[in-house]
This record gives sequence, C-alpha cells and structure tokens, in this order.
Amino acid sequence: MLKHWQLHLLVIPPLLFFLIFKYYPMANAVLAFKDYNVIKGIWGSPWVGFRNFELFFENPMFWTLVKNTILLSGFLLLAGFPIPILLALMINEIRGGRFKRFVQLVSFAPYFISTVVMVSIIMLFLAPRLGFANIALNFFGLESVNFLGEPGMFRSIYVWSDIWQTAGYSAVIYLAALAGIDPTLYEAAKVDGASRFQKIRHIDLPGIVPTIVIILILNVGNVMAIGFEKVYLLQNPLNIVNSEIIATYVYRIGLLNANYSFATAVGLFNSLINLVLLLTVNGLAKRITNNSIW
Amino acid sequence: MAASAAVSQKIKESTGDRIFLTVVYTVLILVVIAVLYPLIFIISSSISSPAAVTSGRVWLWPVDISFKAFKVLFSTHEIVSGYANSIFYTAAGTLISVTLTVMIAYPLSRKAFFGRNVLMMVITFTMIFSGGLIPTYMVVRQMHLIDTRWALLIPNAIWVWQVIIARSFFQASIPEELLEASEIDGCSDMRFIRSVVLPLSKPILAVLVLMYAVGQWNSYFDALIYLKTADLFPLQLVLRSIIIQNNSSGAMDAMAMVERQQMAELLKYALIVVATLPVLVIYPFVQRYFVQGMLVGSVKG
Repeated sequence: MLKHWQLHLLVIPPLLFFLIFKYYPMANAVLAFKDYNVIKGIWGSPWVGFRNFELFFENPMFWTLVKNTILLSGFLLLAGFPIPILLALMINEIRGGRFKRFVQLVSFAPYFISTVVMVSIIMLFLAPRLGFANIALNFFGLESVNFLGEPGMFRSIYVWSDIWQTAGYSAVIYLAALAGIDPTLYEAAKVDGASRFQKIRHIDLPGIVPTIVIILILNVGNVMAIGFEKVYLLQNPLNIVNSEIIATYVYRIGLLNANYSFATAVGLFNSLINLVLLLTVNGLAKRITNNSIW
Repeated sequence: MAASAAVSQKIKESTGDRIFLTVVYTVLILVVIAVLYPLIFIISSSISSPAAVTSGRVWLWPVDISFKAFKVLFSTHEIVSGYANSIFYTAAGTLISVTLTVMIAYPLSRKAFFGRNVLMMVITFTMIFSGGLIPTYMVVRQMHLIDTRWALLIPNAIWVWQVIIARSFFQASIPEELLEASEIDGCSDMRFIRSVVLPLSKPILAVLVLMYAVGQWNSYFDALIYLKTADLFPLQLVLRSIIIQNNSSGAMDAMAMVERQQMAELLKYALIVVATLPVLVIYPFVQRYFVQGMLVGSVKG
C-alpha cells in the first residue's frame, strides 16, 4: 500500500470535492428537521422534528405536486423509453454505408442543444401569433392555438420535445449492445430461413434485454428527479397547474422565498422517494431477469 | 434513392423482407426530416429579412438574405460579454473537470489501489442520492463562492458518470504488462501516468474534454442560482433573459419603433444560432469520439 502512496495522493483533491459538494450537503439536509434561523446557523437552529414534512403533507399543493411530478415523468418514461430501442433496431437493420452514418449523425445532433436553446426553439415554434406552428395551422385554415398557455398541452410539449432531443443519443447504447451480439446467431438464423422481422424478435431483442433492463432501472430511478431546468423554463402562469413539479416548487419556496427548512424537507422527500423507487425496481429486475445495477 | 439502391443490392431477399426494409428506410428518412427541419428553419430565419420572418414567408430556405440580426447581436454589450464569459467558463471549467476526473478515475482503475471498492461506492452513491438544492446552495454560500466565477467552475466539477467511463477505459486499454515492466525499471506511479497512461489515453481524454466542454457551454442553472452580477453571466443566461423572459432591452434602444417588433422576433432566431453554432459546427468532427466514449462506458461500465 505504501508503495502506491502517489496514487492515494492523487485521489485527495477529487475526494475533497465529493466530501464538500456532495456529502456535506447531505449533512446539511438536517435543515429539514430544523427551524432555520440565519443568525444561529444550520447547526444552532432549533430542532422541530418532522414538522416541516407534516406542513408539506398538509399543504393543499401536496397532491398537485406529486401528481404533476409523477404524471410528467411517467409519460416521459412510457413514450421516451421504447422509442430509442425502436430507433436502434431500425438503424441496425441498415448494414454499414453512408445512410446509416448520416441517420446517426443527424439523430444524435439535437442532444447538444442546450436546455435554454431547446426551450427557446419550442417557444418560437409555438408562439401564439408568429410561431411556425400557428402560421402552419392558419395556412390550412385552422384557428391559432396558444400551445404554452394550454395546461393540457404542457406534458405533451415537454415529452415530445424531449424525445426529439434525446432519442438519437439514447439509441447509441442499444446500438452498442446490438453490435455485441454473436454473429454466428445471425448465420444460423439465415440458414434456417428466418425473416428480418424474426431475426429482430428472436435474436436482437433477447440480445439487448440486459441493456434494456439496466436503462429501465436507471430511468425509473429518475422518475422523481425529472429535469427541473426545462420544466422551469417552460413554465408560465397559464400552464402552472400542470407544470409545477416538486423540483420547481423547492426552487420557488426555498431560494426565491428563502424558506430554507421547508424547501429542504420537500427536496428530501423527493430524493427519498427516488431512492426507494430505484431500489425497488432494481430488486424486482434482479429477481425477474437477473439483471441489476449492482 | 438510398432506399432503392440498398433494396436492389439485396435482390435475393424475400418480398416480406423487402417490404420490411422499405418501411425501415421510410421511417428513418422521416426521422431525419423531423430532426433536421426545425434546425434548418431556425438558421434560415436568422438570415432572412425581419419582414419575411414575421409574415411567415420563410418555410425552408432563407428569404431576402440579410445578416442584420447578427450585426445587432454583436454590438450588444450583454451578448458580447456573455459570449466571452461562456468561453472562459468552458475553457477553465473543462480543464479543472478533466484534471480532477483523471485524478480519481486512474487510481480507481488500478487493482493495487487500496480501498478502491469503498471509494467507488462513495462516489456512485452520489449519483442516486443527494442532499438537495437548498443544502448544496448553503455549502456554496458557506464557501463564499456565491457571485464569483468559481461558483460555475467548482461545485459541479466532477460528473460521476465521466469517472466511470474513464475508469473503464483505463482498465480496458492500459495493459497490465506495461505497468509491471515499468515497475521493474523503478518507475514511480506519477511517472507512469505521465509517460505511459496519458499518451495512451488520448481517445478518452478527447471524450472527457468534449463532454465537459459541451456541458459547461450549455449550462445555465448554476449561473441562475449562484450569480447576481450581470457581467459574470454566461451566454445561456443572457439568452434566457432575452428569449424566454422577453427582455430585449439593450439591443432594441437604437431602433425605430416600427422596426422593433419585427427585429425583436428575428433577434431570437439569430441568438439561438449564435449560442448553438460553436457546438454544432464541431459536432460532426467529434461525433465518433462521443459514440466511442458512450460505448466504452456502457459496454464495460
């Protein structure tokens, strides 16, 4: 061990990073059980037990927040999870060639657009008067729609724009898994006269099941941690009934209204649900398919 | 075109397979169009005349080409300063992040490293559980980083996922024999890293640089919560204020009222182009590194 003291020395700065910016905040989460007082500081403030949590559960916003968070991420999971798999299976059908590379290059590209730009694009396309979507609707003699002002459309806008942006990127992992499938299986299938569709069903899909399960676990584990940044940018007073999720609420209450203790409790509740979901799905997957993230 | 060529090449295929393949090609062509169309539309709009954009005459290609919007943008203080800040944050942030990532990923890849499993658990745990927004904010405040450039460089410097990718790469592509040979020659670990590991790790270094650079260029949330002084704002935050919150203050003062409305609209398109172009221009050249990096991370991770 002493022989490799240099390696241990090397690890100290990154380790400090994790301790200070990842673990210290976890300790700071005791704020959730305190009544934060600026003068007394985090550790000097009085304990209040679970009062902040009780306040949140009794809050009229509670069910709306939980419902919005789950519906939004559930919808995203349902629609956004299978599409990259389908995309990868289709791209995989085209063996080699320029078209394959072109499809990958293009479908991968939107991933590199920033959230702010993505939301800007959405807003420009869906703008009430001059947006492309409404100009197109008017062109076909249809009436204009204020897309971002309709609470009912918020989830669709969020989910489909997200798929537009990330499907190509997510497909790469499945493509890698497909590339790892034993080629002799395809030869055997060819000899047996399998059609392309049968090959997908009996070789490709079973071959990528472990990858699918792992990605599914990770996605379910993120159900409560849905991208705050984009929701926050897309929010407006008209669609807020459907767009206020736990994360945006924490930001509003905590940082904008400086209600630190309460917001920490809400955030902690969110993280805990997330952790429980991840552990549950991981356990289930382990039992059913023998695949798990640990 | 591409579809028919490929189909005719595989003439031996059954009718069912040919239909299947035609459907696949059709869907993929539609996917390409669906992805490209909005991007082309925005670029075309940004170099069309304001009147053409606002009257909906731009459908695909630019109409009455003019670069006026870009001239206005690059004479606006907020935008020029946002651009300069973003370049600084990207360069400095990437340097810090890549250095720290390698510093932890390499030792974790070495079997002889004492406590490597514990350390690995310590860092992966932060992927699935975190203290939350407010407790993290408090730490950054206690460290007196609020409203300083450091706030954008340090608190999110290491991404666990990048550590995992780098570690897998080191494990898979630095042969054990090289280490043994150099140890026999009395080479220290530091020396080994400098003269063997780093030169052999150019692909993964490229991946780390690109991922962190894109992340830093695109980020706005840290700036939103940690910065107050407008002169420190990165481009994304300026962008948010102009497009999403519709505060096109500075840029518009000089213009006549009549032109304002149209120009304000056009500026948004131009701004999107300006903020995304650096990434999209280098992207086709570096795409294969990204794919490589993801493959290393996912297959062996």
